[in-house]
Amino acid sequence: MVTTDTAFRIERLNIFYGEKRALKEVNFNIPAKAVTAVIGPSGCGKSTFIRCLNRMNDLIPVFRLEGKIEYDGMDIYSKEVDVIDIRRQIGMVFQKPNPFPKSIYENVAYGVRIQGFNKKESLDNAVETSLKKAALWDEVKDRIHESAFSLSGGQQQRLCIARALAVEPKVILFDEPCSALDPIATAKIEDLITELKKDYTVVIVTHNMQQAARVSEYTGFFMMGELIEFDNTQKIFTAPSNKMTEDYITGRFG
Amino acid sequence: MHRNLQKIKEKAIEKALFLSAFFSVFITLGIVGVLIFETFEFFKEVSVFDFLTDTQWTPLFAEKHFGIMTLFAGTLLTTVIAMSVSLPVGLISAIYLSEYASKKIRIAIKPALEILAAVPTVVYGYFALLFVTPLLQKVIPELSGFNSLSSGIVMGIMIIPIISSLSEDALHSVPMSLREGSMALGSTKFQTSIKVILPAALSGVAASFILGISRAIGETMIVAIAAGQQPRLTLNPLVPVETITAYIVQVSLGDTPTGTLEYKTIFAAGMSLFVVTFGLNMISYFLKKRFREVYE
Ligand SMILES: Nc1ncnc2c1ncn2[C@@H]1O[C@H](COP(=O)(O)OP(=O)(O)O)[C@@H](O)[C@H]1O
Ligand SMILES: [Mg+2]
Repeated sequence: MVTTDTAFRIERLNIFYGEKRALKEVNFNIPAKAVTAVIGPSGCGKSTFIRCLNRMNDLIPVFRLEGKIEYDGMDIYSKEVDVIDIRRQIGMVFQKPNPFPKSIYENVAYGVRIQGFNKKESLDNAVETSLKKAALWDEVKDRIHESAFSLSGGQQQRLCIARALAVEPKVILFDEPCSALDPIATAKIEDLITELKKDYTVVIVTHNMQQAARVSEYTGFFMMGELIEFDNTQKIFTAPSNKMTEDYITGRFG
Repeated sequence: MHRNLQKIKEKAIEKALFLSAFFSVFITLGIVGVLIFETFEFFKEVSVFDFLTDTQWTPLFAEKHFGIMTLFAGTLLTTVIAMSVSLPVGLISAIYLSEYASKKIRIAIKPALEILAAVPTVVYGYFALLFVTPLLQKVIPELSGFNSLSSGIVMGIMIIPIISSLSEDALHSVPMSLREGSMALGSTKFQTSIKVILPAALSGVAASFILGISRAIGETMIVAIAAGQQPRLTLNPLVPVETITAYIVQVSLGDTPTGTLEYKTIFAAGMSLFVVTFGLNMISYFLKKRFREVYE
């Protein structure tokens, strides 16, 4: 079924928040250099799932994980692994744009600076390249030292994408990146995601099925903490093999 | 009938509440009014120029000098010493409590710190005089029995909770999404705290600093007890000095007759103090407001 290389190999993943189980026995192979969409009704565990991939859930005290997540052949939850290193390789863009209260320039430069690179030339370079990749450069190049809050919501979200790209990750995770944006801004982000898959592995959570259909090659459907079905996006949307997937796609619930 | 009675009662309560609110505003205005009036009276006899430039403060002696700078030097010295204790300690504990401590620890430590603020200042004063000074004298033999160093240090300890509590509030109210954004780029907790959260909370943190400074300037008991009562234009922390507040206490406790020039110095000194702390409180207020505008 899946012919490309695998970026993430997930085996028997169970997630608990305290006593509450949020994911059940999830087995999932996420292909490399492609866009994989994660869909499902709200509260089914999409965010929980995607935040496991770069260990963002480590920040939650009651969080507990069972099972295994391998990225590029390495168990990312093993003791020897440096979580900082994981997050540098696997970037993330969040539901609401969350630029830092700094200038546009400093937002993008931040990730480079914290790695100890402070030479102006290399920072300038990283900022320009990343903003260009995020299709934001032309709009901001004349006011790069203004506050990031002066940008519109859609621009802020592209700034967050640029910020993530600046640390040169291999994977980018998107958790409903357009849910706070208008249709025009959404279209720009979608174009961008389509562009990114040439060089990056992309995983995108969305509750917008048209969006999943538009941007992704593969789709996983979650319900109540379980991965119900995973397949080519086209197959999921035209001929799903599971009845629940079909009901969800056709809008019978969720 | 019963209805009417209730209506009257409601009206009476409302009137009573209004009166007490009005009364407290009235009293405040009254105090400021008296302060301004007596200050004017003072400046009829002493020129503003002398007041600001004279290097001695000897209103209680035969040869009178009214150089407020002398008292300001004492205030400045104790305040700077206090802030160099409370600023770093307060800020570090705020960062620890907001970014590192578990919820349990935060809930336990915050009130404990706030108890520091509830200790009567007279206790701090004697703590400085009878404990800290003798202790410091073992290390610095030339330290006088009364000095700005130990009063400053103890005052700093007293101010720690103001800084830590208000800064912690500011840091803690920085949205979680900024922490996540920073962590997702591969920064450590320390980098996130120092480079993202602290700058984001800067105006709130600065407001706490200024409030702390204004508290230090206005502090009376500690300096009156432990810093000595010798007006002296110096920045040497080892010798006795007198702050503005300590001077006011000194004159108030003596038997200075009402209406004399000595009596009026209290108000001139008090007015100077009021102007400075009022200014600082305004700055702090605007900083806090700006902080709210950014995040709410
Ligand atoms: N920090 C948390 N603590 C406790 N329960 C949580 C936490 N985050 C999510 N959950 C629970 O886990 C389940 C899945 O949530 P989530 O992954 O956010 O779903 P989705 O993103 O699909 O809407 C929900 O029932 C939610 O209440
Ligand atoms: Mg979600």
